[in-house]
Amino acid sequence: MIAFEAHNLTVSYDKQPVLWDIDFEIPEGKLVGIIGPNGSGKTTLIKAAMGILEADSGFVKIFEKSPDEIRERMGYVPQRQSVDWDFPATVMDITMMGRYRKGKLFGRLSKADREIAVDSLKRVGMYDFRDRQISELSGGQQQRVFIARSLAQQADIYLMDEPFVGIDAASEESILNILREMRSAGKTVIMVHHDLHTALEFFDWVVLLNTRLVAAGSKDEVLTEENLRTAYGGKLNVLSRIADLVKRQEYPLREEDSKE
Amino acid sequence: MNDFWIILEGSLVAVSCGLLGAYLILRKMAMVGDAISHAVLPGIVIAYLVAQSRSSILLLLGAALFGLLSTFLIEILAKKARIQSDASIGITFTWLFAIGVILVSLYSGNADIDQDCVLYGDIAFVPLDTLFLGERDLGPTPIWLQGFNLFLVIAMIRIGYRGFLITSFDPSFSSGLGIKTDTWHYVLMGAVSFTVVLSFNAVGAILVVAFLVVPPATAYLLSNQLQTMMIYTVIFGVLSALIGFYLATWWSASISGAMAVASGILFLGVLVYQKLLRKRKKFLAITN
Repeated sequence: MIAFEAHNLTVSYDKQPVLWDIDFEIPEGKLVGIIGPNGSGKTTLIKAAMGILEADSGFVKIFEKSPDEIRERMGYVPQRQSVDWDFPATVMDITMMGRYRKGKLFGRLSKADREIAVDSLKRVGMYDFRDRQISELSGGQQQRVFIARSLAQQADIYLMDEPFVGIDAASEESILNILREMRSAGKTVIMVHHDLHTALEFFDWVVLLNTRLVAAGSKDEVLTEENLRTAYGGKLNVLSRIADLVKRQEYPLREEDSKE
Repeated sequence: MNDFWIILEGSLVAVSCGLLGAYLILRKMAMVGDAISHAVLPGIVIAYLVAQSRSSILLLLGAALFGLLSTFLIEILAKKARIQSDASIGITFTWLFAIGVILVSLYSGNADIDQDCVLYGDIAFVPLDTLFLGERDLGPTPIWLQGFNLFLVIAMIRIGYRGFLITSFDPSFSSGLGIKTDTWHYVLMGAVSFTVVLSFNAVGAILVVAFLVVPPATAYLLSNQLQTMMIYTVIFGVLSALIGFYLATWWSASISGAMAVASGILFLGVLVYQKLLRKRKKFLAITN
């Protein structure tokens, strides 16, 4: 089954098209990386798929339905920096938000909802921190709480925005393990990712963007020297690294875990 | 008895403003209250000109409408023109206030109206405005109005607690769940607008702006959950009203002013207490 498809999708920001006529499909059960240089529309693609940004033309379908019809099956992890981590809320408070539902916002949350949240926290190894205020957490721990919140949504397809930015090695390992667990459970995970080096290691499917779609498909098909050249253009520094990468066809050590 | 009414009115205003102010602080729009207090002037003048009377209910409605209008303008400027939200607050309320000033100067020839007499009340006069039911004295009208408003505010927060929480913390995630974040925003702003206007009428400008920001900011220092922050907000709000009243009697000074000062003193006290506590903890950690 097709988990995600975009057709003639064009989205602009301030009248400037950020995504131009995108067309691709992603089959179910894949770990998918959305890759491209800065400003290539990666986050925009996720936000358009979640219905947070409106498309100028074209559409996104999830499991062959419009996102609005199928929100209960979609999990979402926004960029970590998009919220205020000094907010007076505990780890548990945030995780419980994964159980909020549009129609159920006014009713009570059940004991089952709580159990699902607890279970999600245990899976990311943050259960012992459940009563901590979120401001007391490290960047990696905050990211794990965001992942736990999306796990609590119990979705079938997950859209994540740069979950690997600015986190420690332990959190990266933990998140990576969860992603693989999710894949073996048949879930589809689509994430924006900025680091080419780790992309080869993490994903089995890649969408390469540079405002237009450069290529989409299995990682071996997509991550070719020619495609990467098209996507990253004249950025020599990146290019030489890509050439290096393609030549060796192996997974180099990542440079730094943290971009911040 | 008069003292009691004044302290009660101060507390009611403190609690309703403080609870709404907690959300404003968390949404980084604490100064919206100040903005609304200025932006309502044209609404009052227009309501007066249309109705040709100084009936306070009509003026209140006109004011509340313009308060709401100003929150729309702030939002539109911030989103569509992509201006920082503090700048869009600044543009909106100075502009609306200026229109109000022009309207007043144009029509003041044939109208007894200015912002002091219609808008900025004084808490000391609260006990004078008594509500009668037939012959029975029911106590001051502002207490009834403010009490009713507080009831509405609390009901709104209780029913919409989760909606306000999630849309304040993470609007993107909320939209992802299909929650209408704009609707929640405007419901909150409508409540802020109405509460601000109603409270101005009774207790004056500085006190309303102070109660919107200072008690919740004090509570913010001490809380790690939203519920706790709201409980502390109520405590600091009522304490400010109480301490402020006795300060005012002691100094024979403005009651509203003294209540606002008291809230500031409480804030400073909590801040210093926290800094000292942290130092002590550090010291103990080192010596151990």
